[in-house]
Amino acid sequence: MDYNLATAATAPDKELVHYVNELTTINLGPTHPATHGVFQNVLKMDGEKIVSADTTVGYIHRAFEKLAEHRPLYQITPITDRLNYCSSPINNMGWHMTVEKLLGVQVPKRAQYIRVIMMELARISDHIICNSILGVDTGAFTGFLYVFQMREKIYEIYEEICGTRLTTNMGRLGGMERDLNERAITKLRAFLKEFPVVLQEFIDLFERNRIFMDRTLGVGAISAEMALNYGFTGPNLRAAGVDYDVRVHEPYSSYEDFKFEIPVGTIGCTYDRFLVRNEEMWQSVSIIQQALDNLPNDGFAADAEHYYLPPKQEVYRSMEALIYHFKIVMGEIDAPVGEVYHSVEGGNGELGFYLVSDGGRAPYRLHFRRPCFIYYQAYPEMIKDMVLSDAIVLLSSMNVIAGELDG
Amino acid sequence: MLTNEQVLADINSKFGDYVTDVADPFGMLTFTTTREKLVDLFRYLYDHKEFQYQFLTTLCGIHYPDQVGRELGVVYHLHSLVQNHRIRIKTFVSIDNPLVPTLTGIYNSANWQERETYDFFGIEFTGHPDLRRIMNVDEMDYFPLRKEYPLEDQQRRDKDDRMFGR
Repeated sequence: MDYNLATAATAPDKELVHYVNELTTINLGPTHPATHGVFQNVLKMDGEKIVSADTTVGYIHRAFEKLAEHRPLYQITPITDRLNYCSSPINNMGWHMTVEKLLGVQVPKRAQYIRVIMMELARISDHIICNSILGVDTGAFTGFLYVFQMREKIYEIYEEICGTRLTTNMGRLGGMERDLNERAITKLRAFLKEFPVVLQEFIDLFERNRIFMDRTLGVGAISAEMALNYGFTGPNLRAAGVDYDVRVHEPYSSYEDFKFEIPVGTIGCTYDRFLVRNEEMWQSVSIIQQALDNLPNDGFAADAEHYYLPPKQEVYRSMEALIYHFKIVMGEIDAPVGEVYHSVEGGNGELGFYLVSDGGRAPYRLHFRRPCFIYYQAYPEMIKDMVLSDAIVLLSSMNVIAGELDG
Repeated sequence: MLTNEQVLADINSKFGDYVTDVADPFGMLTFTTTREKLVDLFRYLYDHKEFQYQFLTTLCGIHYPDQVGRELGVVYHLHSLVQNHRIRIKTFVSIDNPLVPTLTGIYNSANWQERETYDFFGIEFTGHPDLRRIMNVDEMDYFPLRKEYPLEDQQRRDKDDRMFGR
């Protein structure tokens, strides 16, 4: 506890001034229901006002960068799942594309379109979580339940594609592991029909809700200059009015084929971030629709037998497939020498992979640009002079995912 | 559309003596500079009227034990959002004197990233306002991402990893 006794010593009523100058220390986290993840803020409070915040991160640090230096390239995909686990497919695809860039593998259009569909589904599920939890933190539980049934539908589509739900390990170096099957397409079409209704209902509940607006409008505003200087990316940066989106600035996986808008906010407050995410979900729905309608028919995997794991039934029947299966699984295949940076637009910002290869089977060095690690450092400054309940709302709207924060 | 040659020519005209190892792997302009000129160079690129490299995308350390005298490196990725152009700048220092000037005076986002680099590689950023460990515990007395530290305890006898791992 910090007591400011300097003035108290000379003041007439010692006891009284002592109480006036007293700062309360509050531990927000590491396990607090409102932080939605394991990180700590030690807040110095003057009454209900935050005077200063000291942030501690690293509670679930798992040394991914060290682990990656000891694994063949394809074994790193499951590591990326655990960064932003609300939108694992984006991380998986980002990693695959980084390696494909290094190896010079051309992925067929169909695989690229399937990847786009998966990445946009992941973006929707990421934004659903962030926005609906923001609702919960302001006291509106209903919207959360409405949209979470749609997240379940998204997870069912993941299951059709790759067999898992949360940590997906989806796709492979060189394409997808299997084609979109009939059931997946049926589920996707059903999702595209149902989701807009639910999203509109969610938006109707919140966007002009007086209580919600009072809690979020103008709270935690950040200027475009400050946001850029703090390395903000993704919806948080766009809410501040900067139209930077990796999908448009450096199109990957055929994003240039699709028509979509980049929504931007004006003052970068919590309400702006909420609106930007909602609008991005509409855009994602439109992208998925376009990709599904124009799905090309040129195969779902590249012809790169050195890197693309052959289908299992082939492994039992053909000699080459067996050999390549063995070589890939045992990590016998070396990557070329080179260094490559590739980034994708993740759920909460620019997710980058900086890969240095010395010609071995594992990366010499792999660095993840984890968006929320970089923008979360603005949090202590943003919450200065704010009341505690606003700081909670702000934290929730920044979409900080502990798994990605700690890497 | 800004090209690598334009950017390099401009930087060379100002900092020509301090720019070495120029390459463009996968289209990204990459060069190495010395720590003495690092802050000046970044300040120049930040204030440049045309380029405006005002976005520090990422910053990370790297360890090459075999490069005697310049074992530890810091790799910066800069992005000009106006020109939509990226460059990569590296600087190397010796492991015995791992001092690199901080960029926190230019980019606020360098703060935690430099702390992370210090935490894992032991590179000390001179002038950093709060250079503490960030991911690991404060009591740790080594820098785990350096190459001399193995992933697992080498004393273990219950695992045979000859066929796996690097």
